[in-house]
Amino acid sequence: MSAVSDRGAESSTPKIRLRGLRKAFGDKVVLDGVDLDVRAGHSMVILGGSGSGKSVTIKCILGLITPDSGLIEIDGRDVGKMSHREREAILDRTGMLFQNGALFDSLPVWENVCFKLLAQKRITRAQARDKAAEALAQVGLAASVGDLSPAELSGGMQKRVALARAVAAQPDIIFFDEPTTGLDPIMGAVIDGLIVDCVQRLGATAFSITHDMASARRIGDDAAMIHKGRIIWAGSAQTLGDTGNEMVDQFARGEREGPIQMELRK
Amino acid sequence: MTQTLNFVALLGRALISACSTLGNVALFALVGVSHLVRPPFQFRQFWRHFIEIAYFSLPVVALTALFTGMVLALQSFTGFSRFNAESAIASVVVLSVTRELGPVLAGLMVAGRIGAAVAAELGTMRVTDQIDALTTLSTDPMKYLVAPRLLAATLAMPLLVLVADILGVLGGYLIGTVKLGFVSETYLSNSWNVLQTMDVVSGLVKAAVFGFIIALMGAWCGYNSKGGAQGVGQATTRAVVASSILILALDYVITEAFFSR
Repeated sequence: MSAVSDRGAESSTPKIRLRGLRKAFGDKVVLDGVDLDVRAGHSMVILGGSGSGKSVTIKCILGLITPDSGLIEIDGRDVGKMSHREREAILDRTGMLFQNGALFDSLPVWENVCFKLLAQKRITRAQARDKAAEALAQVGLAASVGDLSPAELSGGMQKRVALARAVAAQPDIIFFDEPTTGLDPIMGAVIDGLIVDCVQRLGATAFSITHDMASARRIGDDAAMIHKGRIIWAGSAQTLGDTGNEMVDQFARGEREGPIQMELRK
Repeated sequence: MTQTLNFVALLGRALISACSTLGNVALFALVGVSHLVRPPFQFRQFWRHFIEIAYFSLPVVALTALFTGMVLALQSFTGFSRFNAESAIASVVVLSVTRELGPVLAGLMVAGRIGAAVAAELGTMRVTDQIDALTTLSTDPMKYLVAPRLLAATLAMPLLVLVADILGVLGGYLIGTVKLGFVSETYLSNSWNVLQTMDVVSGLVKAAVFGFIIALMGAWCGYNSKGGAQGVGQATTRAVVASSILILALDYVITEAFFSR
């Protein structure tokens, strides 16, 4: 995604810095010392198979799961040492697009889109309708969609609404959890395009996880692959499939034979 | 010997698990209640749930109370007529309904209706990441989802029980006067003379406690549900069973507290 690669001020301090991040659920070690830097104003894509720890990494960064050990820094500040109020302040400038949209069934679309702004009393309910129409237009949806309930929307529309919700409060860090999963290739490309547009418009740092290679190349400046709870490769998203790392290349090309498969056979 | 040790170990594990669950529920309740006194307050959510519980549970509670009062009068007559004590029927109906049957039956009906709904809604929100989404949208799920439900159920249940009391007594009155041949004024004066403020108050206190328990168990089971549809189903069942048992157990405790001599 060259659109975002030349954007944003370069800074020596990574926007997000992970060091030695570990998390186990019972005997199952999901994260086994994740080290990763995400540059400010850039788009990082984490690749990995199912159960490799991608979603857990995001949830640890967002504070939805408490890691067993390790360091998480945002803008150079250790999240683990932050007060509750400081963590809330971090969440205030964060957006998240969940894999299945996670729209609130009990609220109409317009309230979903402006939920954060309403919760923080940054706008009135009357203003929220206009703001929602504006946000929906940015993801290619008509204002009339705002009056529907999430259950009345198709999968692609739900993803668009979820994207509108994630960016409505103009966050400076946006997380995308499998943004194209469950969508047809064309709708996947549309969503990727919208993600690129939104991130570019906001000048935000993007952190995505996916196993869709086409999507990774479209939305990512940088990429990293997580395998068995560890980052095994990090580099440019444009080199995916030709990284020189056998595991990454096998994963990127979707090949059956390779080191990952061999390990599974053990 | 080994079998005995295994049995003791099993008992120990069950006891530790029960204590752990009890502690977790207590902490959950404490956090939920603490959000009721800390701004921002979720008035919109509270009102939505209050209407859902108080207004939409009214038909089921009203019908239950009415028929219970009718059956109580009929059955009391069958028993009391053997001892020529028919005149006590009005007293028995009004005391049974206000002290016990009103709050307990309304509690059980609301547990089935609201407890299950709360557990299913929160369970679905949990397994579809909606609760995590709330957190990422700078909203504390306990404040937004749990606290308003706790308050709404605690305040709505006494209103429902008040209606149940009136309709339960009305049911007994209808059977007494229409079917059993009591004189209307006598039946009413018998009911009124035996009724004391504490009878009604104890029932309303029970109702408030039951309301809190129903919302708490529904919210706790739903909030902590795991897995997909099966997990939500299990959470719903657990919520109804747990709140029903707690209603019956706490009914005894509160009755002891009010009326033991």
